[in-house]
Amino acid sequence: MDQLNNYLFIAAALFSIGLFGVITRRNGIAVLMGVELILNSANLNFVAFSRFGGMNLDGHIFALIVIVLAAAEAAVALAIVINIYNNLNTINIDEASSMRE
Amino acid sequence: MADILFWFIALVTIVSAMTVVLNNQLLYSAIALLFTLFGVAGLYIYLWADFIAGVQLLVYIGGINVLIIFGIMLTNRISSVRLSQTNIQQGVGGVVGFWIFLMLAMVINKTQWYESTGAEPSSTVYEVGTLLMTKYILPFEAASILLLGALIGAAILSRQEN
Repeated sequence: MDQLNNYLFIAAALFSIGLFGVITRRNGIAVLMGVELILNSANLNFVAFSRFGGMNLDGHIFALIVIVLAAAEAAVALAIVINIYNNLNTINIDEASSMRE
Repeated sequence: MADILFWFIALVTIVSAMTVVLNNQLLYSAIALLFTLFGVAGLYIYLWADFIAGVQLLVYIGGINVLIIFGIMLTNRISSVRLSQTNIQQGVGGVVGFWIFLMLAMVINKTQWYESTGAEPSSTVYEVGTLLMTKYILPFEAASILLLGALIGAAILSRQEN
């Protein structure tokens, strides 16, 4: 638990799992969950490097900004997904390929 | 003891992350995402980042995860169909994901990371607040403007027009 490598491995695993989700999921909201996993892995890296770089708190600020961006992204993406659902009656992203009905 | 707890938290994080991407029931995925976010918050506490862990609990679990569950509820006919979906191209996705993990693991293993431990602070809230108000005031303000824009944009986008 006091080694940088452990945290980096966990973050790498989270990143690859999130990437797998983004590639294979068909549902728009499920893709969004994969993106959240990727953002979390990046955050984990920021905080881990901040802790093992002599407790330099700049990494914490970066993590905070990423969390704020994730919140904004989730809100806008869900609004878009709900709009797609109202227009096309599906949120499978491979069916929603055109910009109009 | 702390060591065992660390590996337990790491295991919970990874396993529930796998559930997020593999489960066919969307609602189960959302609940598994909650456990993943909890696990990451626990790892933040191991990294002495108490403020970030609190923000993770408040914003991710209290905000984003609830928003995702709302989205699932609003975009499915709950009474008529199961909230399910099947993955496509699992083989290709699995190969790509595993390969990238392998590459990252090799890089992490080979690199000589600079490690300096430093002293454990009693709390990081004071320093984070000072940094936000002095060195990082411009990103802070930009983030607040972005949040305002996202709020207005989401409200306009999801409104039913008559």
